[in-house]
Amino acid sequence: MSRKDFWPLLFITLGIAVFPIVAGGSEYSISLLVFLGINGLTTMGLSLLMGYAGQISLGHAAFYGIGAYSSGILTTKYSIHPLIAFLAGIFLSAIVAFLVGKPTLRLRGHYMAVATLGFGEILFILFNELSPLTGGPSGLSGIPALTFLGQPIEGSAYLYLVWAFVILVLIFSLNLINSRVGRALRAVHGSELAANAMGVDASRYKVQVFVVSAIYASMAGSLYAHFVTFISPSSFSLMFSILLLMMVVIGGTSTIWGSLLGAAVLTLLPEYLRAFEDFDVLVYGIILMVVLLFMPQGILEGLRGFMERKRGSQSKSHE
Amino acid sequence: MSRTGIGPSPIDFPTKMTFTSQLIQFLFTGLTLGSIYAMVALGFTMIYNATGIINLAQGEFVMLGGLVIVFFTMILKIPLPIGFALTVTLVTLVGALFERLAIQPLKNASVITLIIITLAGSILFRGLAMFLWGKDPYALPPFSGGNPWHFMGASLQPQIFWILVITVLVVCGTAFFFNRTLVGKAMTACAFNPLAARLVGIDVQRMVLLSFALSAAIGAIAGVIITPITLMDYERGPLLALKGFSAMVLGGLGSGAGSIIAGFIIGILESLGAGLISSGYKDAIALLVLLAVLWVKPSGLFGSAEASELKKF
Repeated sequence: MSRKDFWPLLFITLGIAVFPIVAGGSEYSISLLVFLGINGLTTMGLSLLMGYAGQISLGHAAFYGIGAYSSGILTTKYSIHPLIAFLAGIFLSAIVAFLVGKPTLRLRGHYMAVATLGFGEILFILFNELSPLTGGPSGLSGIPALTFLGQPIEGSAYLYLVWAFVILVLIFSLNLINSRVGRALRAVHGSELAANAMGVDASRYKVQVFVVSAIYASMAGSLYAHFVTFISPSSFSLMFSILLLMMVVIGGTSTIWGSLLGAAVLTLLPEYLRAFEDFDVLVYGIILMVVLLFMPQGILEGLRGFMERKRGSQSKSHE
Repeated sequence: MSRTGIGPSPIDFPTKMTFTSQLIQFLFTGLTLGSIYAMVALGFTMIYNATGIINLAQGEFVMLGGLVIVFFTMILKIPLPIGFALTVTLVTLVGALFERLAIQPLKNASVITLIIITLAGSILFRGLAMFLWGKDPYALPPFSGGNPWHFMGASLQPQIFWILVITVLVVCGTAFFFNRTLVGKAMTACAFNPLAARLVGIDVQRMVLLSFALSAAIGAIAGVIITPITLMDYERGPLLALKGFSAMVLGGLGSGAGSIIAGFIIGILESLGAGLISSGYKDAIALLVLLAVLWVKPSGLFGSAEASELKKF
């Protein structure tokens, strides 16, 4: 973690801490922030994968689903403690990510995108078809809420729980970026050939970061399952994978902060687009298109560039 | 307007069928599906060859084709042949517009950016279709009425005949275009080497535009001919695109003939899998083929390993 990351981190921590008090703790605003945190967990992993390892994944809804279904199935059908179910989800996601990542990460660009897309769709079909376990298309209900010392964790307590994960994962990721692994990943992104020549085992690092991102997604999925208490395959479809990828791209892949910003924008945007009713997907598509065309580096870099230009023109007018 | 919730099965199954007649039934269902995958794959190949882009909005052209023809023939009551032509023209324009507004401004963009922009395009088209047509599936009557034909105990809808004939026409037309016309040869030249093509005076940008327009047209044709069998709704695009892409990869990236044969192979595998194994997993078959090919032999069945090394992947 570098020094410049400290202030935004403190800002987010304090912001979340005081939010339920300032906003009066309305259930709607708190649940929005919970979803934002859950999406942010997944997008941070994708950001590591895309921005630092230069690999694209269109199948992360699958890992999110593995986490959610592990928590859901183990707690409802086998009465296993949520914490163990949570860890089981992480374990399963990591293994699947390793097995899938190993052959897939050798591919590049379009091939990698479509291979992960295919993988995600296969998992989506499994969630639908393994109905004795998953409840099939009609879903799995009655997932217990989390408890702490016998007290259910709900409302602002759940908000704190989710964001504790977000902040821990954020700190872990920032440290990862500035570690030996992070430097190796950036070298791979710059030029895989050059990185290999310098003795960086590119494919090993790529698989590692793929597994890490799958673990983040699985954690998010488990937290999602316990929050909404009902899950069905439609939450883990191709569309969600694309949405996650869009969050990362819209926010910007140059830093991990961009992925959080993107998660915030695309989690909150549909709420504002409700006013458009049937237009919403259309307006959503147009906004995505415009951002991609005019801020190809993402909103974060776009804003930074805008500020710098403004500052530049101001200092010129002073002369 | 006739709207139905559940699609008719592609083929009416007689109650008593021998195994042979079942196989024939599955084979024809497979050929029908395969035609559509082959056309989607052909559309992918066309754009890929001219630009090196995989247009992930390719399935949306098929979806638009199906929904636009329903609008022309069922609401405006335009006769089918004219409606067909109008539909293809309109979707072709959409494809050209997409290239001009979204692809062309992104000169020298990275592969990831190009993937994302075509994905955003696909969301945009879906949003547009959902706004204009709503979420319900639409039906279109078959091109010609008449009873199903009986062939060795299998019963086949006349629409299958239309689909196969039109697919063959499209494939032959495309082959003729690329091998026998000057514009087609110019496009092939762009695929081989854009810089060299520019040096001999070919307008590469116009060829890119043309490739998007043509592949939108092929997508629209596929959408029009399949709608009487499977119905059409705004969400149909992504899975079609994924299966078409599977066909393209199986056939060998950039190989037109390869992707058409692979389209038929995937269609037949899918219909055999649905009939003999489980209908719930039928969509997984094409995807398993895709992953198997990508993991084991990324150059595909008909592509050379050397050529796939040269591709921008």
